[in-house]
Amino acid sequence: MGKTIVEKIIGSHSDRELEAGQFTVADVDICLLQDGTGPLAVKRLQDIKMERAVRPERTVIFLDHASPSPRRELANDHSTLRAFSKKTGVCLSEVGEGVSHQIIAERYVNPGDLVVGADSHTCTAGAFGAFATGMGSTDVAVAIALGKTWLRVPESYLVRVTGEFQKAVYSKDLILHLIGTIGADGATYKALEFCGDAVERMGMPDRLTVSNMAVECGAKCGIFPSDDITRRYMEEMGRGDGFKEIVADSDARYEESIEIDLANLGPIISFPHTVDNTRPVEECRGIKIDQVSIGTCTNGRIEDFRIAAKILKGEERDRDTRLMITPASKAVYTRMVREGLLDIFLDAGAVINPPGCGPCVGVHQGILADGEKCLATQNRNFLGRMGNPDSKIFLSNPAVAAYTAIRGEISDPREVL
Amino acid sequence: MVLRGKAWKFGDGISTDHIAPGRLFHLRSNLPELAKHVMEDANPEFASKMEKGDFIVAGKNFGLGSSREHAPAIIKIAGVSAVLAKSFARIFFRNAINLGLPVLICDTDGIDEGDELEVDMSAGKIRDITKGMEIEFVPLPDIMVKILNDGGLLKHIEKHGGFGV
Repeated sequence: MGKTIVEKIIGSHSDRELEAGQFTVADVDICLLQDGTGPLAVKRLQDIKMERAVRPERTVIFLDHASPSPRRELANDHSTLRAFSKKTGVCLSEVGEGVSHQIIAERYVNPGDLVVGADSHTCTAGAFGAFATGMGSTDVAVAIALGKTWLRVPESYLVRVTGEFQKAVYSKDLILHLIGTIGADGATYKALEFCGDAVERMGMPDRLTVSNMAVECGAKCGIFPSDDITRRYMEEMGRGDGFKEIVADSDARYEESIEIDLANLGPIISFPHTVDNTRPVEECRGIKIDQVSIGTCTNGRIEDFRIAAKILKGEERDRDTRLMITPASKAVYTRMVREGLLDIFLDAGAVINPPGCGPCVGVHQGILADGEKCLATQNRNFLGRMGNPDSKIFLSNPAVAAYTAIRGEISDPREVL
Repeated sequence: MVLRGKAWKFGDGISTDHIAPGRLFHLRSNLPELAKHVMEDANPEFASKMEKGDFIVAGKNFGLGSSREHAPAIIKIAGVSAVLAKSFARIFFRNAINLGLPVLICDTDGIDEGDELEVDMSAGKIRDITKGMEIEFVPLPDIMVKILNDGGLLKHIEKHGGFGV
């Protein structure tokens, strides 16, 4: 019997071949912590006197959530993490470097890797043909200290995507559509494996957006085969030698198959307060928006900001709608500056946040007032997600977000693109 | 092990933001303080009115969202003896077991707020004393039973000098 991608990767990190449903203790290549989950992981290791890392060069702590620190307690958490990095030799990604998932993509992950992170969107790295999944602080702490974690090999759903993206439609709409169709628990515990002619043409930034949101339908990971597009991206990042081809066997067994034809897909909006509460943008016109946020690990890459800039060039935000721009990493920020996008955003009346998670995590940099509505390019719109349970969050692609900032109400960018 | 307490009922899709709101990010290194806010955005009265031993009883996909282990941690610190739900999000489920908090998958439709419950962990049975009915829960995989019985993942690792599976 042939194997799915996750069966291959988890098997290659174990002492035997594996198939879906089996349990194993597997070797871990990359561990990540962030400033929201890292302090607890450090405490766990202190509790069992195991403050050490088996692979310090591939263990990374990211100061990205409350960054720069907005208050004393969080500054002290950052100190804890810096001290742990010094003591154990693990890598530290400082304030201003950006969101973990983007930096893992730029600098760390290789196809075939097994990645665990104390952040639910660790699944982003699945875009490289890696098995990447989110866990809690204790699990990741143990993985750092022992270089291993226990896993059950998940069953896989094969998601076949065919056709061409239509105007003003992007991979964000694809993944919102999938989540809206199968529900927020539609793939609980399963691996999503993507294939099809549209996937073969899809660039890495778009794949990252899709893998990023796999967890929003409950999946353990969202994985793409690695191919020439993966290889070229890695070469651009200066680490092409880490490439290898990871594909499923042609006779691999999938628990379910899902078909999506892009010919029928338009821009999608997720309504409050769940990601699977999706509607086509044309049914959402006219909803007044107080704040637009473009950025995050979902849609904070240079390609996303180029889309937004194309719409915002020479325009201004609505006077009643604030516009937040948050690059996912310093590399993205640098590109924005060099390409002149920053001028476009500033002229449009935007606030530029430092690279990081920005307002998405509800800590700072754009907390909403009571009764306000925000349209964001992030991955979650849960009640209270952006710091105020008396506010509402809508999710969209960057084109919808940019056009909405100009119009002051949810608007369909196909009118201007 | 037999657990006893009364039911606090919640609906489907309770996220980690309901359980441990992001706006309280700064309390994450002060879990006893964060625990005073447990479930605040789902039921603001829960933290002050629940009693040690009580159960959280919910619908589908409990604990979806963030990987923050602080969510099951403060449920445990608050004194909740177990979470019963129709289904759980996977990271929350795993985190709870790692912390030694029982999480039980069962049909929760027949249980109402305030019902007196008794859970027999080894027999795999939940008794709703108020209603006089029994509900079975889905057994945990062996590895999770071992971790739970050892008192959580850290104690498991200490006991076996690594993964004892």
